[in-house]
Amino acid sequence: MTDLITASNITVNRGGRKILDDVSLKVGTYDFITVLGPNGGGKSMLLKCLMGFYVPDQGHVIKANHLKVGYVPQKFSSVHTMPISVLQFLNLRKTLSSNELERISTETNVTDLLHKPLNVLSGGELQRILLARSLIGKPSLLVLDEPAQNLDIAGQLAFYKLLTRIYEQRELTILMVSHDLHMVMATTRRVICLFRHVCCSGEPQVVTKDPEFKTLFGNDMAEMMAVYQHGHKHSHDH
Amino acid sequence: MTIEPFIIKGLIAGVIVALVAGVMGCFVVWRRMAYFGDSLAHSALLGIALGIALGINHSLSVIILCSLFALILVWLQNKGIFATDTLLGILAHASLSIGVITISILEQIVDLHSYLFGDVLTVGNDQIWWLVIGGGTVLGLLTYNWSSLVLMTIDEDLAQAENVPVARYQMLLMFLMTIVVAISIKIVGILLIASLLIIAPAASRQLSKSPEMMAMIACLIGVISVVSGMYFSFELDTPSGPTIVAALTALFVISFPISRIAMKKN
Repeated sequence: MTDLITASNITVNRGGRKILDDVSLKVGTYDFITVLGPNGGGKSMLLKCLMGFYVPDQGHVIKANHLKVGYVPQKFSSVHTMPISVLQFLNLRKTLSSNELERISTETNVTDLLHKPLNVLSGGELQRILLARSLIGKPSLLVLDEPAQNLDIAGQLAFYKLLTRIYEQRELTILMVSHDLHMVMATTRRVICLFRHVCCSGEPQVVTKDPEFKTLFGNDMAEMMAVYQHGHKHSHDH
Repeated sequence: MTIEPFIIKGLIAGVIVALVAGVMGCFVVWRRMAYFGDSLAHSALLGIALGIALGINHSLSVIILCSLFALILVWLQNKGIFATDTLLGILAHASLSIGVITISILEQIVDLHSYLFGDVLTVGNDQIWWLVIGGGTVLGLLTYNWSSLVLMTIDEDLAQAENVPVARYQMLLMFLMTIVVAISIKIVGILLIASLLIIAPAASRQLSKSPEMMAMIACLIGVISVVSGMYFSFELDTPSGPTIVAALTALFVISFPISRIAMKKN
């Protein structure tokens, strides 16, 4: 298994505060990694460093040669003042053949949306469009920053189901920041709990039993996670 | 009726400004830069005052001063103590005031009115050259970087993930705005530049289905307004800037029923 991204001992200081403290991480082929942690724990900064938008103050990030990355951003509020169709948005700065367009739009279930204006879509539809865009050019790594944050429970379930299907069918690697660990419990292969440093990491079942996980999220969360692993997928009020 | 050369020069200048403002104005509307454009235009008076004092070309002194204004703004924004609109309010009115004071100290006969409200019929040959070169630069750079700028306007993180140099493009847009301000002062005046940038794209928004179409219709609306505004300004002997803005506003109002009709057809 070759590593797509290797981060070694990265540290980021901002305004006299350590946002990331000595974080090391490997992203391998066909990995499904979920990074979770409290707000302000440096999750988004870690993604920025891994993708090369931000150069860490210490440590370094090595990417595999010719690594193609697809990205799904955190908050996407389409510009209401700009008239643009979904199809045109997908084509912006991309070369998209009609075959690939057909494949991707079937895969992400956006075929009916292609000729609609971007600004009339619902949150779930927008997320699917962004996922479709990230798949253009056959990336080997998908990076998602809290992709289902603005969706309701049903929307989150549907989105993660879709993501899992794409992961299995395309056999790509997924690196995701998410608060909805219970939603991805069944698929995610590795969980990384981040609070400035890596508190604990490993398979979901193992991580939820880690004392560090319990200090970070509390006993209740750990117990709730334990329930989810046994496959009782019922919706929950937060 | 023979057409006087000064009218032809005015028309050429007005059409160039309408085209440049139509395209630039789309980004102003999309990226909510209206207040920035207005503040930049206010600060331009200090640029003109300095141009008069130092005896250099006014367009050049305005571009230099407005670029400085933009850099100071970015620097203060990064300090994060005050909100952007507070900073803009301070910078704009401080430089407008200092500009007026400087002009009054200079003891030269300066037609302040024509700087504030425009005087398209006194456009000179050198002004036309500034318009062609400045306007060409703005239109060229906006068109050349169009899809990256549009993507960045839709979502900055997404653009950055797709290797668009977002910070550099933000600076580029600011710099292009300073050029637009510098070349439009003669036509609509300092106080009305922002409206030239906003009204035509806003009217065009309802009639368009794509960003390119919005820019093109904004240009068309701008050209119609500038030409008809200049005609009425000449006929009624009213200042050119306000008359052009009145024509723009009329077209903006008309765009509502037109978009209704267009929607019914679809």
